[in-house]
Amino acid sequence: MELGAMRNEWYPVGLFSRLNERAYETALMGEPIEVSVNADGKATVTSRSGRDLPVRVRYGHVWSSLGTPDKELFAIPEADQPGRRFVDVGVVRVRCSPLRAVENFLDIAHFPFVHTDILGAEPHTEVQNYKVEIRDVEDEVWATQVKFYQPQAAKSASGGITTEYMYRVPAPTCSVLYKTCPPRPAEWDVITLFVQPLAEDLCDVWPWMALFDDVTPMTDLIHFQQTIFLQDRSILENQIPRLLPLDPGMEIPTRADLTSVAYRRWLKRHDYTYGAQLVAQ
Amino acid sequence: MKLYDYILSPSCYKVRLMAALTGVELDIRPVDFHPGGEHRGPELLTLNPAGSIPILEDADLLLTESSAMLVYLAAKSAPEWLGGSTADEAARVQQWLSFSHRLTTNLGGARLHEMLHRPGDIALLQTQGTAALRELEAGLVEQNLHGKSFLASERPTVADIACFPYVALAPDGGVSLDPYPAIRLWSRAIRALDAFIEMPGIHRLHELKPEPQIAPDDE
Repeated sequence: MELGAMRNEWYPVGLFSRLNERAYETALMGEPIEVSVNADGKATVTSRSGRDLPVRVRYGHVWSSLGTPDKELFAIPEADQPGRRFVDVGVVRVRCSPLRAVENFLDIAHFPFVHTDILGAEPHTEVQNYKVEIRDVEDEVWATQVKFYQPQAAKSASGGITTEYMYRVPAPTCSVLYKTCPPRPAEWDVITLFVQPLAEDLCDVWPWMALFDDVTPMTDLIHFQQTIFLQDRSILENQIPRLLPLDPGMEIPTRADLTSVAYRRWLKRHDYTYGAQLVAQ
Repeated sequence: MKLYDYILSPSCYKVRLMAALTGVELDIRPVDFHPGGEHRGPELLTLNPAGSIPILEDADLLLTESSAMLVYLAAKSAPEWLGGSTADEAARVQQWLSFSHRLTTNLGGARLHEMLHRPGDIALLQTQGTAALRELEAGLVEQNLHGKSFLASERPTVADIACFPYVALAPDGGVSLDPYPAIRLWSRAIRALDAFIEMPGIHRLHELKPEPQIAPDDE
């Protein structure tokens, strides 16, 4: 398999807080790698051939790349904002395409059916019109003005509210979600999905959050997000075809799928095709 | 009654489900099992040296085995869930309660391996899980031939609740339920119970909503 342009991208490879001297063995796009922390507390990532790979420690995770990234790891300014709590949700392995994991994260229409009584509920199933663009300067996919009725939008929410969302795809296997913050209406809660591609149909998903919530215990915040993601996992593992189709002949999108359409277009434009199916079969 | 609980643990879910079905209110104490490993920390090891969850506390009683918790909840609030009106039924309840521990080991082990990176021989766990599912399928078919929909009786008992979660979540560990029609019907019967609650990966039965009634004029 040609890794294409995705070879030079950054990927999450572990939780920094969970690293210890014993090397953690994992993989990036089929290539075995080892993640460890040296005596000075610095994270290192090496390939099986002994090659030192580039490393960043950011947003609670260790990041690396098999190639030579020509861009710095994307910025999340909220990660430096005082007063936020940072939640390392922990890894979940999913037998699906890494691109499918991101695409599912971008979808709103499934909330009432998969995350029933938490992120959505019947009969409030309508996805209102929203805006999607591929921003040329940042080279990112953005969906804004997304509104959805949610019975329990966050651990800090009491009762149903209409939640506003913004979605952002700054890297082929990462998405950042900005969401109404119940205790601080002027701010956005930040919920991310960092996906580590192990193979074209296998990935480790590392959700991470930067929230304004001084009340909820950390374990409850972790469990809330794990609950949501585990509701998605069984759906993701049963999607057909397993690879994300980039050929428009395969599926018929609806208006609610605008973000997915833009994401697929952006992937195709950049030759981000690891985990994708190019020709309808 | 205090339950040391992890939302993604099928064994913890057994207790939450039993409590819901028997109308018992639990005081839930979330445990950071993953990624924190809190169940292996000093506070919980003091309560349960085995380092496992769930742990159920009620006054002086401290339970660390999920089957015992199911029996306690049933005996306390809804004895009909204990089963055992005949010698045959009492034995079947015990048979499946013991059997449920094998499910924890094989199907549960496969799930932890495939989902949360826990070590294990995945091929062996899946093979043993498949063998257990075949045994359960045979048991349910035999019951069905006698007009009984559940493992020990014509009504659900603690034995069904002990076996249900790991079976329903078998696909999480890469073990398909497609070959087992009796298991799927049984799973549906459990999910259709009043006061049933779900857990991540075990969805409620949306399809049990009333069939749409089409008026003759619309045809």
